[in-house]
Amino acid sequence: MAIDAATVRKVARLARIAEPEDRLEPLARELSGILNWIEQLSEVDTDDVEPMTTSVAMKLPMREDVVTDGGDPAKVLGNAPKSDRGFFVVPKVVE
Amino acid sequence: MSDLTGLTLKAALDGLASKSFSSEEITQAHVTAVADSRPLNAFVIETPDKALEMARASDARRAKGEAGPLDGAPLGIKDLFCTEGVESTAGSMILRGFRPAYESTVTSNLWRDGAVMLGKLNMDEFAMGSSNETSAWGPAVNPWRAAGGNAQLTPGGSSGGSASAVAAQLCLGATATDTGGSIRQPAAFTGTVGIKPTYGRCSRWGIVAFASSLDQAGPMARTVEDTAILLKSMAGHDPKDTTSIDAEVPDFASFCGKSVKGLRVGIPKEYRVDGMPAEIDALWEQGIAWLKEAGCEIVEVSLPHTKYALPAYYIIAPAEASSNLARYDGMRYGLRVDGANLTETYENTRAQGFGAEVKRRILIGTYVLSAGYYDAYYLKALKVRRRIADDFDQAWQTCDALLTPTAPSAAFALGEKSDDPVAMYLNDIFTVTVNLAGLPGMSVPAGIDANGLPLGLQLIGRNLDEGTLFSLGSAIEKAADFRAKPAKWW
Repeated sequence: MAIDAATVRKVARLARIAEPEDRLEPLARELSGILNWIEQLSEVDTDDVEPMTTSVAMKLPMREDVVTDGGDPAKVLGNAPKSDRGFFVVPKVVE
Repeated sequence: MSDLTGLTLKAALDGLASKSFSSEEITQAHVTAVADSRPLNAFVIETPDKALEMARASDARRAKGEAGPLDGAPLGIKDLFCTEGVESTAGSMILRGFRPAYESTVTSNLWRDGAVMLGKLNMDEFAMGSSNETSAWGPAVNPWRAAGGNAQLTPGGSSGGSASAVAAQLCLGATATDTGGSIRQPAAFTGTVGIKPTYGRCSRWGIVAFASSLDQAGPMARTVEDTAILLKSMAGHDPKDTTSIDAEVPDFASFCGKSVKGLRVGIPKEYRVDGMPAEIDALWEQGIAWLKEAGCEIVEVSLPHTKYALPAYYIIAPAEASSNLARYDGMRYGLRVDGANLTETYENTRAQGFGAEVKRRILIGTYVLSAGYYDAYYLKALKVRRRIADDFDQAWQTCDALLTPTAPSAAFALGEKSDDPVAMYLNDIFTVTVNLAGLPGMSVPAGIDANGLPLGLQLIGRNLDEGTLFSLGSAIEKAADFRAKPAKWW
């Protein structure tokens, strides 16, 4: 399946990656090349095959519902690009 | 004391135990080797002060008779592992300067057992690559060069820094990770040993996530026994990783040198691919002959869905990556590049912070998961994944392990394949099936090609049966008697 520049623009928007207009065509060609190669999967008969999401056959473990960590805002904020008085500072979200 | 860097991990631990030298001495020898190795670009963050401090603490523990199984041994850590207070970048611009407030479980286990950290090792950005060329730090370089040439070769990827550092004797061993072949292909390219254990053997907690259903940590070192010693420390159940397997961790080293007589070794005919260099085919035949001589029974097996493993992988891994890497939004840690509004800030941050290959994979992953394509791509790939795993289950009816080449070529030149993503992806053709099925796989150096470059053989085992791989791996190691070393040019 071929991807065009408009599809790349839409997917890049969904992925929150700014792609300049002049990159859309080259990216469309690259991604189409990869997807064409992937197309060979359609040769495989997968009727009645259960999708495999993990190679570990086990029940999801549950832990005790107790507080095990926290109470250290300095550590949490230690790598923040911007913080102020115990909070992350982010761009304005609501106008 | 520079010969201390030439020891195997086992010999170094014996020397430390008999007090032939101190951890401070062997660590200093490695610190000097690391500082002298910058043309290799294997270490991206050097921590010499921390290393010597840890070494002195180790010597103090040993003096009190409290030495652990790895006490005093200097190791390198792939930069995908979070190390408390020490920059952890995953080879990406977006994490430049990130200093985790916590330590990964695997590295915690190593420090618990007394190991010493020399620094962080180069890698492809977020472990996405097969040549180390996608690293924001520039590629690590292979210490090996083709005979009569001085072209810079790739050490493989994504664990290229780990492979380069181990081969160049900058550390006694290293941690690495393998999502599609990232431990085994670099091991083959550098004449070193690498094992990707069963999925779930090593905790993924504190390892920067790429494709969570495939990512698995493992060791690289210069001998099979050394990787066994390291894996014993790295592995173990961890409640902080819900896919961590709650199984006993055997003494892997006890399997090294054990008789392999009577073991049935399968040879999958689908691994004889078109265009495979004659030398690799010959090496494979040689490997079969060695194991026969050691008493193994050789069985022809079929893994009919092998050729579909890479295309399935290039749906599943990017899909998981696009979801995992959504966290890099410039808000809580890492790079932030401001824009006119919140969305633009996200978009600018990710455009500048991620390299070309990472963006490519995020876009593919986003596309295959998007409305209307999910069933055709993602669900289809998960069904093919089941077919691939079933192939292995079928093979285990008639054999105990599989023998294959590790990679379809020897190390290639930096820049040689970087323009063609699919050509680069084909590097993992023999390794990626193992990740999809969750099985353990090991690469052992087995010979050198006409250009004097190392080649590796891969062993694949049943779930949780790393022990058999260590036995077969040490049988191949003994028969191959691989002693070649890269001549120092750096």
